[in-house]
Amino acid sequence: MIEVRWHGRGGQGAVTSVELLALTAIGEGKYAQGFPSFGPERRGAPVAAFNRIDDHHIKVRSQIYNPDVVVVLDESLIGMVNVADGLKPEGVLIVNTAKTAKEIAEITKFKGKIATVDGSSIAWKELGVPITNTTMLGAVIKCTNAVKIESVKDPVDHRFGRIANKNMAAMKRAYDEVKFN
Amino acid sequence: MSKRIGMEIAMAAAEAVALCRPDVIAAYPITPNTHIPEHLADIVADGDLDCEYIAVESEHSALSACTGASAAGARVFTATSSQGLLYMYEIVPVVPSMRLPVIMCLGNRAISGPINIWNDHSDYMCVRDLGWISMFASNGQETIDMCIQAFKIGEHADVMLPVLVNLDGFQLTHVVEAMMMPDQEEVDKFLPPRKPFAALHPDNVVSMGTLGLPDIYNEAKKANDEALINSKKVILEIWKEWETMFGRKYEPIMSYKANDADVLMLTMGSMGETAQVAIDELRKEGFKAGLLDLKLYRPFPADELKKAVKGCKNLIVIDRAVMSGGAAAPVCAEVKSVLYDEPDRPVITNDIIGLGGRDVRVEDFIKIFKKAAKAKPERAYEIYGVRG
Amino acid sequence: MTEKKWPETWQDTNPGLMIFKPGSSRSYLTGGWRAQKPIWDNTKCIKCGVCYLFCPEACITEDAEGFFMADLNYCKGCGICYHECWPRAIKMVED
Repeated sequence: MIEVRWHGRGGQGAVTSVELLALTAIGEGKYAQGFPSFGPERRGAPVAAFNRIDDHHIKVRSQIYNPDVVVVLDESLIGMVNVADGLKPEGVLIVNTAKTAKEIAEITKFKGKIATVDGSSIAWKELGVPITNTTMLGAVIKCTNAVKIESVKDPVDHRFGRIANKNMAAMKRAYDEVKFN
Repeated sequence: MSKRIGMEIAMAAAEAVALCRPDVIAAYPITPNTHIPEHLADIVADGDLDCEYIAVESEHSALSACTGASAAGARVFTATSSQGLLYMYEIVPVVPSMRLPVIMCLGNRAISGPINIWNDHSDYMCVRDLGWISMFASNGQETIDMCIQAFKIGEHADVMLPVLVNLDGFQLTHVVEAMMMPDQEEVDKFLPPRKPFAALHPDNVVSMGTLGLPDIYNEAKKANDEALINSKKVILEIWKEWETMFGRKYEPIMSYKANDADVLMLTMGSMGETAQVAIDELRKEGFKAGLLDLKLYRPFPADELKKAVKGCKNLIVIDRAVMSGGAAAPVCAEVKSVLYDEPDRPVITNDIIGLGGRDVRVEDFIKIFKKAAKAKPERAYEIYGVRG
Repeated sequence: MTEKKWPETWQDTNPGLMIFKPGSSRSYLTGGWRAQKPIWDNTKCIKCGVCYLFCPEACITEDAEGFFMADLNYCKGCGICYHECWPRAIKMVED
């Protein structure tokens, strides 16, 4: 089972990300959960959202405390929230940043695998908005192989309609451009 | 043919309800059940469901509108949570007393105060004794299935009672997961149109909701209680039919690794599957642990419970609500009452867990299990994990 | 749906205590509760109908000429019509 925790701010689409990843995995015949950190939605507030993906029906319904993957949609959250909290040593920390993995390792003190991609620049260029949820999904798929990038198309089409192609383009760029330490 | 879908459970519940072709929906969305009536409103507004959607100004009106519509012979649905349920409380006991099969989804949420929008079972416990058939779903699939079953059970000529489908707020309502969604043809085959025992109509006049003076109130109450108790027979029949049609089995108490267990845990709602993982861990450690998952809370499956605990030494009842100042937490009080006359009843302990959205983890069940195995606690019940 | 006789046992009750015979309350004559009854002086009556509107038993009816009277099968003699009649056309008298 792969467990993913997403960090973002209210309004940045972390919940949409977990929905898309869960729907993609389910579309591939896998089992998945996607859920927000339960509570009221407040724009701008730090929020978390979660994914579990497995080959069997998933029984556990608690929050995720020891994720395999942590995704940070908004670099400014680092330092404000302990994003690496509970992240497995063999896990991966994926950050939307223009900084290098080395710099992120210094700030977060996370000693394991770190992946970086400048998702905000990609989102500005491809979508014209600084919303990085779909973009960062590309990086997550590249880092985890939890699902195939082609499988995202259906859920993205369904969700975004006319602007689905732009989202797919942003996602593919992040998939190609993500760098590891 | 049923289709495998990925969807938020609240939305899937709405889609399942839409497949049942309700005539009238009246609801006032409230966290965390919000997406159920919202999505149904979408389905009606899109023209995909021929239904009167009444956007009422309060829950009191929601259930009142449902009561009236059901009395007129319509198939009706509503949904609420917590304070919304308390706001409609006045009408809640009227519906079963009028023998109207209103179907309601309760997205279980703690009741105020302190103000809290997260999950526990305290809202349901306020209405458990008011005459509604009550089921608890432990995942998305069961939510969908129970929503559809509820109409058939409630509207059955030998039942004619409202049905509450409980799904834990957030823990279920807000989770996207995989489910098998029946198609329209299957649901139509399973669920014929409602044939009301009587309906308000100017051509065939009937008085409903009549006064019950002291000389008839006793008899009316007894008749209602018997109707609720006897509904179990129909529930079991309909669950059997469901199993034949869809291959998914439902029982008043579902058991997991319980046959040879020395120690059983009993849970209700979304805790059930998380507890199963704990049982697996405990089995690996050599404990003969098992789980009972209460699916049907009203009518209370007393005979099934007696049978299920035969041979076990300890029974740990996990509650998700406090019965303030009571003899035990609500589920446990009832379990103890049922088992009192059993010659070799197990030692019963009672832990309250997950109040107001406190996260319920696998390790919590393991800790409770190991604690119960050690010694009988001083108090009849404990709030697990409480600080201080 | 045939009406059951007055239910002796719980098994005899109609589901939800439904009543299938309309207007059953009409067979319950409450006129016997009365100590006084209203009488109308039609020379004072201005046919305003305020008695008709206020009667809690709805037992006051209007005749062909537009004057009012109480159906004594149901009138309980409460005197509300008398109290409300502002031209003072109604008197309460011993029954």
